[in-house]
Amino acid sequence: MAEYKGVLIFGEVTNGKLASITTELLGCGRNFADELKEDLCCLLVSDKTGETAPRDAIVFGADKVYTVEDSLLKEYQGETYIQVVERLAKELSPRVILMGQTPVGRDLAPRLAFRLGTGLSTDCVDISVDSETKLLRQTKPVYGGNAQAIFICDAMPQLVTIRAKTMSPRERDDSRKGEVIPTKIEINMSPIKTKIVEKVKEEVTGIKLEDAPVIVGGGRGIGGPEPFKTTLKELADVLHGAVGASRPPADNGWIPEAMHVGLTGKIVAPEIYIAIAISGASQHIAGCSGSKTIIAINKDPEANIFREANFGVVGRYEEVVPAFTTKLKELLAG
Amino acid sequence: MPDIKMVVCCKQVADPEAPPTAFKVDSATNKVSLPRDIKPVIGQYDEFAMEAALKIKDKAGGKITVLSLGNNIARDVIKKTLAVGGDELILLEDESFEEGDSWSTAYALAMAIKKIGEYDLIFCGRESSDWDAGQVGLGIAEILAIPALTLARKVEAIDGKARVEQVIPDGYQVTEVSFPAMLTVTSELGNLRYAALKGIMAAAKKQPIVWKPADIGLEPSQVGAAGRRVKLVKLFQPTKEAKCEIVEGESPAEAGANLAIKLRETKII
Ligand SMILES: Cc1cc2nc3c(=O)[nH]c(=O)nc-3n(C[C@H](O)[C@H](O)[C@H](O)COP(=O)(O)OP(=O)(O)OC[C@H]3O[C@@H](n4cnc5c(N)ncnc54)[C@H](O)[C@@H]3O)c2cc1C
Ligand SMILES: Nc1ncnc2c1ncn2[C@@H]1O[C@H](COP(=O)(O)O)[C@@H](O)[C@H]1O
Repeated sequence: MAEYKGVLIFGEVTNGKLASITTELLGCGRNFADELKEDLCCLLVSDKTGETAPRDAIVFGADKVYTVEDSLLKEYQGETYIQVVERLAKELSPRVILMGQTPVGRDLAPRLAFRLGTGLSTDCVDISVDSETKLLRQTKPVYGGNAQAIFICDAMPQLVTIRAKTMSPRERDDSRKGEVIPTKIEINMSPIKTKIVEKVKEEVTGIKLEDAPVIVGGGRGIGGPEPFKTTLKELADVLHGAVGASRPPADNGWIPEAMHVGLTGKIVAPEIYIAIAISGASQHIAGCSGSKTIIAINKDPEANIFREANFGVVGRYEEVVPAFTTKLKELLAG
Repeated sequence: MPDIKMVVCCKQVADPEAPPTAFKVDSATNKVSLPRDIKPVIGQYDEFAMEAALKIKDKAGGKITVLSLGNNIARDVIKKTLAVGGDELILLEDESFEEGDSWSTAYALAMAIKKIGEYDLIFCGRESSDWDAGQVGLGIAEILAIPALTLARKVEAIDGKARVEQVIPDGYQVTEVSFPAMLTVTSELGNLRYAALKGIMAAAKKQPIVWKPADIGLEPSQVGAAGRRVKLVKLFQPTKEAKCEIVEGESPAEAGANLAIKLRETKII
C-alpha cells in the first residue's frame, strides 16, 4: 500500500506569470503542509514554463516545483494534460491535491479523480484539516449557493478544486528557498481523439472583469444588447469600471460569454458591484458576493437582490440610471 | 450514414429557480427541502443537453435514449424528455441509488450505457442544478474510456464525427472528436424546446424502462451511499445579516441622483 504524503498544487501560468489562483492555492497549501509537517509541491505545465513562474511558486510558498515543458502542452487540452498530472500524481502520491476552480481545473480535476479512483469536491470555498482524522473537511456551496455542504473523502489522494478569491496568498518572500525540478513526461499521442481546429476570440473591450474595481452588471431586465453599450457603459466609464451581466444576457447573445458573472461564469470581487435589473438568484450572487459594496437597482421591491445589497433604489433602470450617472459625474468633477 | 445513437443523462432536482428564501435545510437528515407547491424539475443544464441531442436528431436523424438515476423519479417531470422528442427513457431507480456521490452516480450511469451497448454521443449537463459538481459527465467518459469535450455551446454531427464549439475564457474553440464521445453542454446552446401537444400525448402512453442495480451488473454495495468516495458530513445555510439601505426620492430619477449623493457621503465613491 503506497504511502500518501505531502500536498500537490496544480499551478497555472498566464502570460509567463503565475496565475493569481495559484498564489491563493499556495497560500492555503502552505498552511496544510506546515500543519502536516510535509512538503508543498507545485506542478507547472506549459510549452514553456519560463523562469519567473517557477521561482514565484517558491516565493509564494512551494518547497518543490515540478516543471513539465512540451510543445504539445502549449494550449490546454484535456487529453494531453491529464497524462501529465496522472503520471506526476502517481509518482508523488500526495495526500492532498489542490486545483483552481478555473476553466482548466473544471475540466481536468474530474478526469484526474476518476483516473486515480478517488473522490473530488469541486468549487470549495473553505477547507481545513480535521484534527483527529487528519482528513480534509471540504466546504462547498450547493443548490446554487442556497446551502453549503461539508464533505470528507477517505479515499486517497484527497482532491479538491478551490473557488477563486476565497484563499489568501502569502506575502512574497524572496528569501524563500526551494527546488525547481524540470521533469520530462512523454505525451502519448495515440489515445488523443480530439482535435482543436479553430479558436475564435470574442472581443471584450476595456478593463477585464476580474481586474475591475467597479462592475456594472446588467440582467435580463435590461431587455436587449443596446443599453449594455450605452446606459450601462456610460455608468461604468464614470467609475472607471467594467460592464458585466447575469447569465440570461450571455445566453441571449446580448454580451459576450466572458462578461457573465456567477457560479458558471466569472467570480469577481470588486470594490463596488452595481446590479441593475438583476433579480439576485443565488447562482448569480455566487459570483459577486465577495464584492465590498453591492448596489441594486430594480423595479421590484421584493427582488432577492435587495437581500444581498448594501444600497438599493427601487425603480425602472431607464429612469434611475441616467440620473445616477449624471449626478456621479457632477460629484466626481467637483 | 446510419442514424446517430445518442444518450442524454438527465437528473431530477429541486427547482433551482425557486426563491432563495424557499430553500430550507433539515439538519437532522442533511437534506434540502422546498415547499410542496414547488415541483421538482429536470436540471437546467440537462435540459440544454437534451436540446443539443434534439438539434442533431433534427438535422441528421437519430435515436435519443434518456437516462436518469435516482429514486422516486416523478414520471410527469422526466417524461418531458419524451414529449420533446426523446425516443426511449431508462430509469435507474432504486432506494440503493440514493445518496451517492459523483463517483457512484457516474459509475452506475456508465454501466447502464454499457448495457445500452451502442452509442455515438453521450450528452450531460455541464453541472447538476443541485450539487453543482460538474463531474459526472467526465466521470462517465473516463469509466467508458472515451474522449470528452466540455462546455459545448453548439454541436454538429458530420461523417462519424462531432464538431463542437466549446466555450473558452475569451471566446470559443471549435473541436472535432470522433464517435463515440461524451459532451457536456452549457447554457449558451439554447433553451429546451417546448413540447407539442402531440408529443405530450405520445409520451403519456410510453412507459419508461426501469433498471435495478442487478440489471446493470452491480451489487447494492457498489451504488449510491454504499459506493461513494465522498461523504456528506453536514449541510447548512450560512447566515447573513440583511442590511440594505433603500435610497428614495420624489421620482425614480431623483432617487438615482440621491443614490450618488449617498455613496459620496458614505465615502464609497
Ligand atoms: C446550475 C446553475 C448555474 C447557474 N449559473 C448562473 C451564473 O453563473 N450566473 C447567473 O447570473 N445565473 C446563473 N444561473 C441562472 C440563475 O438561476 C437565474 O436564472 C439568473 O441569474 C437570472 O438572471 P436575471 O436576474 O438577469 O433575470 P431575472 O431573474 O429574470 O430577473 C430580471 C430582473 O430585472 C428586473 N427588471 C425588469 N425590468 C426592469 C427595469 N426596466 N428596470 C429595473 N429592473 C427591471 C425584474 O424585477 C427582475 O428582478 C444558473 C442556474 C443554474 C441552475
Ligand atoms: N442522477 C443522475 N441521473 C442522470 N444524469 C445525471 C445524474 N447526476 C448527474 N447527471 C448528469 O451529469 C451532469 C453533471 O452532474 P454533476 O457532476 O452532479 O454536476 C448533469 O448535468 C447530468 O447530465
